Amino acid sequence: MNASGKRLTLILLMAPLLIWLVALIVIPHMEILYVSLREKVGVREYEFGFANYMVFFNEPLYWNTFMRTAVMSILATALTLLIGFPVSYYIAKLTRGRSKTILFLLCLIPFWVSELVRTYGWMILLRESGLVSGFLQYIGLASEPIEFLYNDAAIMVGLVYTSMLFMVVPLVTTLDSLDDSMIEAAYDLGGGGVSVWREIVIPHAMPGIVSGCIIVFMLSLGNYLTPILLGGKDSLWFTGLIYSQFITRFNWELGAAFGMLLLVLSSTIVWAGLKLSGQTLTRTVGR
Amino acid sequence: MLKTKLMSGLAGLAAGALLLAPAAEADTLRLLTWGGYAPENLIEKFEAETGHTVEVTLSNNEEMIAKLRATDGGGFDLAQPSQDRIAGAQAEFGIYKPIDLSKLDAALFIPSMLEATKANTTYDGKVYGVPHVWGTSGLVVNTAEASGVKDYVDLCSDDVAGKVSYRLKRPTLIGFAFSMGLDPFAAYGDEDAYKEILSKVEEKLISCKPNVKTYWTGGDEITNLLRSGEVVAAMAWDTGGWKLNAENSDITFVAPTSGALGWIDTFALPKRGRADEAAYAWINFVMKPENAALVTESAGNFTASKGGDADVNAELKARYQKSFPQEAIDNIKWYPPVPAGLEAFEGSVLDRVNAAN
Repeated sequence: MNASGKRLTLILLMAPLLIWLVALIVIPHMEILYVSLREKVGVREYEFGFANYMVFFNEPLYWNTFMRTAVMSILATALTLLIGFPVSYYIAKLTRGRSKTILFLLCLIPFWVSELVRTYGWMILLRESGLVSGFLQYIGLASEPIEFLYNDAAIMVGLVYTSMLFMVVPLVTTLDSLDDSMIEAAYDLGGGGVSVWREIVIPHAMPGIVSGCIIVFMLSLGNYLTPILLGGKDSLWFTGLIYSQFITRFNWELGAAFGMLLLVLSSTIVWAGLKLSGQTLTRTVGR
Repeated sequence: MLKTKLMSGLAGLAAGALLLAPAAEADTLRLLTWGGYAPENLIEKFEAETGHTVEVTLSNNEEMIAKLRATDGGGFDLAQPSQDRIAGAQAEFGIYKPIDLSKLDAALFIPSMLEATKANTTYDGKVYGVPHVWGTSGLVVNTAEASGVKDYVDLCSDDVAGKVSYRLKRPTLIGFAFSMGLDPFAAYGDEDAYKEILSKVEEKLISCKPNVKTYWTGGDEITNLLRSGEVVAAMAWDTGGWKLNAENSDITFVAPTSGALGWIDTFALPKRGRADEAAYAWINFVMKPENAALVTESAGNFTASKGGDADVNAELKARYQKSFPQEAIDNIKWYPPVPAGLEAFEGSVLDRVNAAN
């Protein structure tokens, strides 16, 4: 094949990806950026300006909501990691063959139904007239119905549950690639349980931990359904603000500015996380 | 010359023949409407009668406007926003086209309602909406447990703490303003006065927040909360209360002492709708009394069709009369057209209430 033929092949192979990126990611974001820089001055009258961005920084409500969303997402990520790591370790290292497949499948099965259905499942469990409250009354631990829904803890439960799979999959993959003989060697050389974990297992799993954390953090930050449905009256979430600006307030300009800010601020947090953990994007995602 | 005349005569004849046989130019009517406004049996009857087919998309006021704005008035042939939300949306976004009243049979409508809707949906001298279904929002109360709730502000009393629900939307702001003795509709035209009213309502809603179980967002959600007894008093639509009343006679709709809020959902033509003929045919079809009765049966609300309440079942009528004695009807506050841009202040109030602790 000659040089121009090779180039044509490359272009053709790249075309679907490029079309995808340009048509669905780049162009809509340019449009959103453009809308966010339009300042509304009257009926059907717009001017170029940064007023929409200033609203975010001047109104403490929006700023606080973003902080709350970010902090809760970080917390959800940490909890998911805490619960997900032992599970992944068990699946990757302590089981073999069929039981491994079955355990992995068990983590996967909840994701065969839509997020909405899973969230409603939690609502059935947690509501005042729900299963948990009913069970507690049945065994005599509670004398009257208890409301578990509509608070931050319920949001947290929902977020951790929703994103568990996205933590477990990268962790299982990286832990799988850790040769058992390395752990045995560490014990042979006199390492204790804690030092083996600290020196061998966690450093090896680090890329998996970081990529899992990035995915879970982004999913939580951008989640809309779970915080709104489980949080009820206290469900202040940044994506909910964007939705209400676009749909119920007809204020696309402010909504677009919030959207751009979410993109920039969440990217900053991920970048800061990578710096703090001493990882790079190429090392974690590239593996 | 003679030939052209002959040709145009023939064309006219052909067009006349087509009008006589509407099935020959069957269209698909893409209807953007509320739940219950286009029941299956009504659609089947319409399709059999005219040959047009109907595709229904369910929505609400805000989503209708947002959808039509996103497509610049395309994607649908007939929409059903509330009468107060048309002129402002038209001024801001230009998403509708004027209605050709000569294509509608005005005799099918209740005259006073038709005139009022026409007046409220007029923008730049043209009419953009005709009435279809009307109803009210007020209080749905479980009278066995919350008999003290007579007005919106009673939702904030200690007797019902933690067992109350309302929406975080503009009707809540308006309802609370009225029950606090203010008149938000009179202040629609005066931005400063309206903002002052809103700031009082904001204070009230924030102090009332601990009483609220959750802010409901959909009709099914509030029905479930009331049915399970988790909520005993809520701000909701009349039909929701009547439907629950059929299951549990303790729960019913109560017109608040400060007045129920009256809405009229209309027919409006999206700007880039493609099947106008089918849309006009649908309006004329559903406004016939026997068809209007089918809508009332499925939606639970009465229509602007003259004589449309005659065939409605007696139970629904009885519930309606119990909730609405004559003085409560006279006290209904009908929404005037929302001026363009008002939603922006209301939005920031609602955001602050949502964020308050």
